[in-house]
Amino acid sequence: MNHKKRILLTGVLLASAVVSGLLTYTRANAVPVERVIHITAKNFQFSPDSITLKKGEPVVFEISSGDRKHGFSLRAFGVRTDVLPGKVSRIRLTPDKTGKFTFSCDVFCGDGHEEMTGTVIVTE
Amino acid sequence: MNKFDRRGFIKLAGLGGGVVFASSLSRGFGLNALGSVVDYANGKAQNDFYFVQLSDTHWGFAGPKVNPDAEGTLKKAVQAVNSLEVQPDFIVFTGDLTHTTDNVQVRKDRMSQFKDIVGGLKVPTVHFMAGEHDASLDRGDAYQEAFGKLNYTFDHKGVHFVVVDNVSDPGASVGESQLNWLKADLKQQKTDARIVVLTHRPLFDLYPDWDWATKDGTAVIDALMPHKNVTVFYGHIHQENHHMTGHIAHHSAKSLMFPLPAPGSVPKKAPVPWDASAPYKGLGLRSIEAGPKQAKYEIKELNVTGA
Ligand SMILES: [Cu+2]
Ligand SMILES: [Fe+2]
Repeated sequence: MNHKKRILLTGVLLASAVVSGLLTYTRANAVPVERVIHITAKNFQFSPDSITLKKGEPVVFEISSGDRKHGFSLRAFGVRTDVLPGKVSRIRLTPDKTGKFTFSCDVFCGDGHEEMTGTVIVTE
Repeated sequence: MNKFDRRGFIKLAGLGGGVVFASSLSRGFGLNALGSVVDYANGKAQNDFYFVQLSDTHWGFAGPKVNPDAEGTLKKAVQAVNSLEVQPDFIVFTGDLTHTTDNVQVRKDRMSQFKDIVGGLKVPTVHFMAGEHDASLDRGDAYQEAFGKLNYTFDHKGVHFVVVDNVSDPGASVGESQLNWLKADLKQQKTDARIVVLTHRPLFDLYPDWDWATKDGTAVIDALMPHKNVTVFYGHIHQENHHMTGHIAHHSAKSLMFPLPAPGSVPKKAPVPWDASAPYKGLGLRSIEAGPKQAKYEIKELNVTGA
């Protein structure tokens, strides 16, 4: 192998190493495309109180309270969070099953707490 | 007076061979119903004692479509208990004595009004428990001021009663420190002791989406498991429900304000509307008969020569 060829080969190897390294870097830091769903808990109601998701589609719930402390619990997927006024609580979820699931406030919040529920519908 | 209809009753397991009678307010306010328990107490069985459970009186609730006699139902229940020929040894109220309110003063007023009304009970011994309506918004401050401790024990004629608080935490937990208290208390009891747990929420997962569960209820049941003779009486779900976790029986009581639908039977949990053709339907109180501990006979075989 002559000198010129060796340099070229090294160059190619180097370039491909850089490219593959870049690719790895990009992949590790990629922000998955999550759909953001805003939910407000206020006056003993969630709005919206019906949310439709797609199986396998990653979503993030951004939940905030318009009055007092509430909870948000979606038991079928084993996720819950406290919902505090002046704060945004986030829950990331990629539904792995279809169906109709109830979410509810799981922190007793007053007269109306009992009916503070909503539905998540996951379609194919 | 109508004759008591035995079919209206359910005979239940638990309490060391004891019997639970659930009666309904809709039938003569449970007077006849409870009357039959009196018969029972008068000697048909060799009973130890009986007590009465009332629950979820929600004093202060207003909703004419749900209970147009919101102001009168509790008073009628007090009357029903006072009319029992043989008075129970004591009475327990398993929580939600008052309906929740954000207003601290109204909360206190409701509690003192409730106390005035149940002060009319002839039975001198009454044990109170809190429900989330009484205690969740202020971690039990007003409740403790009016009624005392949230968790405690008492003993009656050989039965050990443990009151567990699963309501003063708005997240429906019993909590680590109470769990330790419970374990220490149970340690003092023999494994075959007759133990009755009184609490508000179900300790097992009856229907968590409707808040019909205790977050760390499994830990409570685990602590009770080594004890062979445990029965749980609770409220919260405003209807009768009977469930076993292993050998432990769990019995929920009706409300004295409004019934709730069967678990998961409707999309949204909401009070069952008043039925004008059957007033007080679904409301009631119950008496609980504690049977005697089974006698043990030690038998030793001897032969004719006496050896
Ligand atoms: Cu309750
Ligand atoms: Fe209640």
